Amino acid sequence: MTRGGLSRAGADGIDVDALSVDLGGRPVLTDVNLRVRAGELVGLLGPNGAGKTTLLRSILGLVPTRIGTVRIDGVRPAAARSLIGYVPQRHEFAWDFPITVEEAVLTGRTARIGWMRRPRAADYRATDDALERVEMAALRRRPVGELSGGQRQRVLVARALSLTPTALLLDEPFTGLDMPSQELLTDLFTRLAGEGHAILMTTHDLAGALHSCSRVCLLNRHVVADGSAIELADTAVWMRAFQIRADNPLLRVVAAAADERHPASDALTH
Amino acid sequence: MLSPIDFLADLFNPDLAFLPKALAVAMMSSLVCGVIGSYVVLRGMAFIGDAVAHAVFPGLAVAFVLQGSLVVGGAVAGVLTALLVAVFAQNRRLKEDSIIGVFFVAAFALGIVIISRAPGYAGSLQQFLFGSITGIPDEDVLVVAVSGLILLTATFLLHKEFVLVTLDREMARAAGLPVFALDMVLYVMVAVAIVISIQTIGNILVLALLITPAATARLLTSRLPAMMLLAPVIGASSAVVGLYLSWSLDLPVGGMIVLVATAVFLLAWFVAPRHGLLVRRFSRRGADDPEPEAPLTEPPARRGGAGNPAQ
Repeated sequence: MTRGGLSRAGADGIDVDALSVDLGGRPVLTDVNLRVRAGELVGLLGPNGAGKTTLLRSILGLVPTRIGTVRIDGVRPAAARSLIGYVPQRHEFAWDFPITVEEAVLTGRTARIGWMRRPRAADYRATDDALERVEMAALRRRPVGELSGGQRQRVLVARALSLTPTALLLDEPFTGLDMPSQELLTDLFTRLAGEGHAILMTTHDLAGALHSCSRVCLLNRHVVADGSAIELADTAVWMRAFQIRADNPLLRVVAAAADERHPASDALTH
Repeated sequence: MLSPIDFLADLFNPDLAFLPKALAVAMMSSLVCGVIGSYVVLRGMAFIGDAVAHAVFPGLAVAFVLQGSLVVGGAVAGVLTALLVAVFAQNRRLKEDSIIGVFFVAAFALGIVIISRAPGYAGSLQQFLFGSITGIPDEDVLVVAVSGLILLTATFLLHKEFVLVTLDREMARAAGLPVFALDMVLYVMVAVAIVISIQTIGNILVLALLITPAATARLLTSRLPAMMLLAPVIGASSAVVGLYLSWSLDLPVGGMIVLVATAVFLLAWFVAPRHGLLVRRFSRRGADDPEPEAPLTEPPARRGGAGNPAQ
């Protein structure tokens, strides 16, 4: 396991080790191993019901694990709440709530502010900083209900960043967004990874993930494959992960993405 | 019909001592309901509010039969029912609203059976259901004032947690907030707000005090602090006007307060700034421009495809 120069002091990202999770008595995840180092943007791909959201929720400490461990910067999820910035799917958020952009971002710090306390200067500073990072400072006093889809997604990212986390979990940030918004967000995520965040992102946009992620992880109850676009040039792992036929157009996207990069090393298939 | 001056004189008439007490209780309870109701409206839990309103009834009945405190009895019953709903809703085969439907009617039925065992049953039942301005004991005014103050304090202290849970439950859980416990606290607060309001407005109509002023305030503003100030003001004003009309026209007080509040709601629906029906009709472009910042950075729109003759 390498600790690259990118990682900040004491920050070594997300470690999922031999994780198995049951929901309602049925196994949803089996023996999942996944590392996301500081500075990495990892795409989590898989068909519906593959357990992507369950994996995110396990990292957040929201579902009981059967076996295995999850560590964020070496800390258990329950103790690592302020190390993880969570960006849920946009439909989880009540956009009709009468609240402005900056107030919504400030709610990210609710638990850090603590019970029966009011936000202090540091909380407002963190909010300002997060808004600057996602380039939403100009719209700070706008009610959230009046934002476009891309702007809403950026508000959710800013809310996660308000905790100054070391790791970011993004749940389908691109779903339902137009291309310009997707490009803008991709740039943002790449920049955040470059700043030393460990980022794990679920997505259905395979082409985009292969293009912009440093690695992709194919999940279907267990990790089918994990590597860069070149390492995953073998279409067989994609057929297995997504349970698709050899003539599925998806596989051409995979091949094209691999060609785009340098000659392959072996895929880290499991 | 009585003039407002006569109404004022009656308020200070020592022979009509029940009148200022009724006014105080109606105003305090509608104030508290306006604040708590803002959460109820924003969370879309009006049906839960209705359920709690019905669920407090057996508690009131037991308290009435045992000559105990109505507030305590009602709050206990309301909380028990809310807990039952929360527990039974864990079963995914039935949606929560069906569970609520089962339990609140059951609670109401239990209340009717219990109160039928009490002497003077018919009169007290009517008072519970439809409210009354007479017969409010002095100590109840105090109980309403103290419980109202406690509720407002709790709202002030837990406000940012309630906001996060309302905005996004998954994020609230991820942040480590006790979401279930906060829900329960809110249900308890709704139950207490309802119990202190039942005296004047009655069990059937109390939901209006919780929902209508907050819904009206939501139409008038897109800012939560403004909404939580406006809703109690609307509620308390409706209570004063409703009580005045009830007293001077000899009509039921609960009904009059609710009708006044509903009139204010309809008024807001038509004339609210930005979102009102009339404003929308008479303003040329929609009030909500999704991306007004875009035109500032984009070049001016070009006309047609045939080149620009002005250049």
